[in-house]
Amino acid sequence: MTLVWIIAIPLVGGLLAWAAGHRSDTAPRWIALSAMALDLALALGLWKQYGAADFSISGPWLQELHTSWIPQFGISFHLAVDGLSLLLLLLTALLGLLCVPVSWTEIRHRVGFFHFNLLWVLAGILGVFMAADLFLFYCFWELMLIPMYFLIAIWGHERRLYAAMKFFIFTQLSGLFMLVAILGLVFMHHTAAGVFTFNYAELIGTPLSRTISLWLMLGFFAAFAVKLPVVPVHSWLPDAHTEAPTAGSVILAGLLLKTGAYGLLRFVLPLFPVAAGEMASVAMVLAVVGIIYGAVLAFAQTDLKRLVAYSSVSHMGFVLLGVATNNLLALQGAVLQVLCHGLGTGALFILVGALQERIHTRDLRAMGGLWTNAPRMGGVAMFLALASLGLPGLGNFIGEFLVLLGTYQTSIPIAVVASIGLIVSTVYSLWIIQRAFHGVAPETRRVSDFTRREMATMAVLMAGLVWLGLYPQPVINTASQTLTRIQQTVVTAQSKAATVKLVGMSSPRSGEIR
Amino acid sequence: MLELLWVIPAAPLAGFLVLTLFGSRLRKPAIAMIGAGSVGLSAAIGIMLSAGFLDSPPAEHAYTQHLWTWMNVAGYVFRIALYFDALALVMTFVVACVGFLILVYSVQYMADDDGYARFFAYMDLFVGSMLILVLADDLLLLYLGWEGVGLCSYLLIGFWYKNPANARAAVKAFLVTRIGDTAMAIGLLLLASHFHTLRIQEVMQGVKEQWSVGSGLAVAAAALMLGGALGKSGQVPLQVWLPDAMAGPTPVSALIHAATMVTAGVYLIARTHVLFEWAPVVQSAVAAIGAVTLLLAGMAALAQRDIKRVLAYSTISQIGYMFLALGVGAWSAAIFHLVTHAFFKALLFMAAGVVILSLHHEQDLFKMGGLRKQMPLVFWSFLVGALSLTSLPLVTAGFYSKDLILWMVWSSPLGGPWLWLAGSIGAFVTAIYTFRMVFLAFFGETQSHVTPHRGSFLLIPIAVLAALSMVGGFIELPRTLGHLPLFSKLVETALPPPPEAHYGLSAEAAFQVVAGTVVLAGMLMAWLLFLRSPQYVRSWSAAPWGVALHRFLASGCGFDWAYNLVFVRPFVRLAEINRSDFIDSIYTSIAGANLLGHVILSRTQTGQLRWYMMGIVAGAALTVALAVLL
Repeated sequence: MTLVWIIAIPLVGGLLAWAAGHRSDTAPRWIALSAMALDLALALGLWKQYGAADFSISGPWLQELHTSWIPQFGISFHLAVDGLSLLLLLLTALLGLLCVPVSWTEIRHRVGFFHFNLLWVLAGILGVFMAADLFLFYCFWELMLIPMYFLIAIWGHERRLYAAMKFFIFTQLSGLFMLVAILGLVFMHHTAAGVFTFNYAELIGTPLSRTISLWLMLGFFAAFAVKLPVVPVHSWLPDAHTEAPTAGSVILAGLLLKTGAYGLLRFVLPLFPVAAGEMASVAMVLAVVGIIYGAVLAFAQTDLKRLVAYSSVSHMGFVLLGVATNNLLALQGAVLQVLCHGLGTGALFILVGALQERIHTRDLRAMGGLWTNAPRMGGVAMFLALASLGLPGLGNFIGEFLVLLGTYQTSIPIAVVASIGLIVSTVYSLWIIQRAFHGVAPETRRVSDFTRREMATMAVLMAGLVWLGLYPQPVINTASQTLTRIQQTVVTAQSKAATVKLVGMSSPRSGEIR
Repeated sequence: MLELLWVIPAAPLAGFLVLTLFGSRLRKPAIAMIGAGSVGLSAAIGIMLSAGFLDSPPAEHAYTQHLWTWMNVAGYVFRIALYFDALALVMTFVVACVGFLILVYSVQYMADDDGYARFFAYMDLFVGSMLILVLADDLLLLYLGWEGVGLCSYLLIGFWYKNPANARAAVKAFLVTRIGDTAMAIGLLLLASHFHTLRIQEVMQGVKEQWSVGSGLAVAAAALMLGGALGKSGQVPLQVWLPDAMAGPTPVSALIHAATMVTAGVYLIARTHVLFEWAPVVQSAVAAIGAVTLLLAGMAALAQRDIKRVLAYSTISQIGYMFLALGVGAWSAAIFHLVTHAFFKALLFMAAGVVILSLHHEQDLFKMGGLRKQMPLVFWSFLVGALSLTSLPLVTAGFYSKDLILWMVWSSPLGGPWLWLAGSIGAFVTAIYTFRMVFLAFFGETQSHVTPHRGSFLLIPIAVLAALSMVGGFIELPRTLGHLPLFSKLVETALPPPPEAHYGLSAEAAFQVVAGTVVLAGMLMAWLLFLRSPQYVRSWSAAPWGVALHRFLASGCGFDWAYNLVFVRPFVRLAEINRSDFIDSIYTSIAGANLLGHVILSRTQTGQLRWYMMGIVAGAALTVALAVLL
């Protein structure tokens, strides 16, 4: 039942917050805060229950909830959680919780409706991470889209309508590709097995011809690639991140992008192992292009928020690289990168939001010398910049190192080029500090430093990054079983396909794909 | 006893944490106590452990302390563990003890600075990271320390962040070293992929057992590690950041950019010496790079006006000697020079720092002069440092270490006359630029007003280092002069002995005489050119060729200019051209096309009947025409 509660609490909390918003402005904040705190407690409870230290479980799921929904089509309300989902639930609950204090002073208009949207988008994300039925998954996928659209369009900055529309079109269009692919997969399964089912576990291993599996895989990949985002379908991201209110940016960067990564791991690899293997080299190249391209673009930006947004493109390139490489090292790296990027970039967006609240601009050219005015802010910014450039001792380094180490086993040139991303990320990260915080402050400017509330928010995120940087083992253990299973599914299917091919003598080279 | 090893890096890191969290609320004496005291604790424990180590060495002359498992993924295990052997002992001694002296000096040097707590926090973080670097058992942990010291170097170069030039120098330092670090990181990927661990001892054992000498893998791995070492130690072609790094406060220059961090590359190569022995090509490259660097930097030092920049180029040049020694397999000689260099270069920087303070932050040599009489104590200590740097025979520490290197370069089968010649010319140049500095600053006419600083916190560390710069060499006396190889005996429990030499005592003595003569000749030359008859230099530097040469040398041989042209500007330009992301313009043009279609089609909706009639007629005509034509 815990799983239902995890989704129900934000849904109900959202409605309550909306209703309470008519009476007072603070009530919705407290409702949202308690809802997410409860969720975080539930997720932590789950983690504790299954032993964060040595996480060994029997069977694929830690906990499962299976209720029939539309039996005619084999659709069920099926939630399930394993180590991977659990980590992402924890991240969602934590960032969701922090989004409330972040919006405390920023959002002053239609507060109730804001928190309704906030909680519902979080519920959608939580659902995405738990759904074990493809139809249900698609429902949650849509559920996170619409409140997000409102968050950007109502509470965003100058070009919010443009950005919201762009975000909506990109994600909706790619989501439709996925819907078609889901239906296609279900029909293929029906042809083979004679029953309709949307059940994830049953759909794994559906026999597919090479072409069909490639097309269906691309359908899923389209949706996830847009979310992740993969260059060249990334261009919704800088606009959406920049125009969204702070909490919106935190959710976009910290959580929404992660649904793309999660989708690749959860669906693309296990459902289409052979097709994914064939596309792996393309994906790796796209990933490396993303790493470098995003970083170079980040450096070129003058809008600080846009800079951070492009840095996400670069960081998520490492995630795609890890997934495409598909060995245990790289997959673990991808998961850690997902978590650390969620914490680090979330924190960076909070910082930029706080800055904008104070100096009413995001333009780097108008900043400078902030360290003098706000040393605590400067220290936090320095910390986050260092995390972003992959300083060892902070979490991102672990993620990037493991991805690179995994990639190195598969392709040395790709690993080397991706490493160059580390240099470019240094350029843009230090650029932030140099432009915004170093230099002389204009005498007329008064900037108040971080308050206790803001410092506390940041402290949580920074502590998380240090913890993941120095002792990531609990997280590695938690994800390990799921990732091993995914990786083995893929390897088994691929080697089977390779043997079939070898017997048919069609292409001896395909034996190399890993 | 050795169980206390973890405290050595932990104490300064704790100091850093305390100062970061509560620094703004503490008063200056408390900050100084925590900042310098934590490093003092490290130094004390380091000395205690070293004494115990020397007294009763542990099995196999090494002690490992496993703290916790960092990561254990798919059979790859990376550990947070410390490793204490003779090499680590020497490095710990240098870092903690010299570090402590410099921090004591900073207590007074930085006394008037607003960022007092920030300064000591960064310095503590630096010492902690550096100690992790030298004590790491695992290359990945070493890399953590490696990046940590790079970070502190960045933070401290940009300490006076209000001046954009300082901030730029800081970024430059971080970035250039990061280029080397990335090469090193790729090297770690290579090693980890082959050995499934990065424990230094296991990797070295694996290299010995599984790879053949000169194999492609060994060469690649050694070359990549060398990349990291070049960046950190400011060797050609990655030396460009170090002169600019002088933007930081002088104690920083003394600690990070002279005594400790910049020698990390030397430590790294010594620590992974098996890799280099297994890749003779790369090892020769180390020697060649060292030779080129020591000459280039020495020449560049001749043309600097800023006293700290002279010292910076001198550091680059002296590390070149260490690389030269590493390249010919004289591991312990390289480490010996590292130690003596730490003493005398820290001394020179600290003495220069007092000069700079007394002249109200004046660093231009040509605005100094005659300081000998006004600040005799500083003059004498500076002179000791300078003599040690030029390696005046018999009485200075620098002589014993540099002489050892030069002799090894000649006598080692990996060395040879050319490398020796480069080293000797370098010694000559060293003597000239060092005494140019001494003569310009301390002799001649008094030029500016001096407010002498007599703080004992400033002077005691200087005095201690001056003593060490004299007597520090006596722990390793050559065969010709008493033969007391204490240092190499100790270090050779961790590093292999130098290749056998087939020369007699008389040959060694002859070379020492030559080396001594070269040094004295250089000093004489400096005296002639800069004190006795400066008119020659003046007339040369007025001639067109002199102007060009001076500009070339003063700019550090044009590297900055070339890198700007080849890397920096194209990158910035490219980034600027694509600022608005050309991929986005594809989508905007799709959207634009839709919008255009919408505009055009909505124009046809005029509400006027005749327009619609026209449309129908035109459509019909088109259909008929198509039907007829097709």
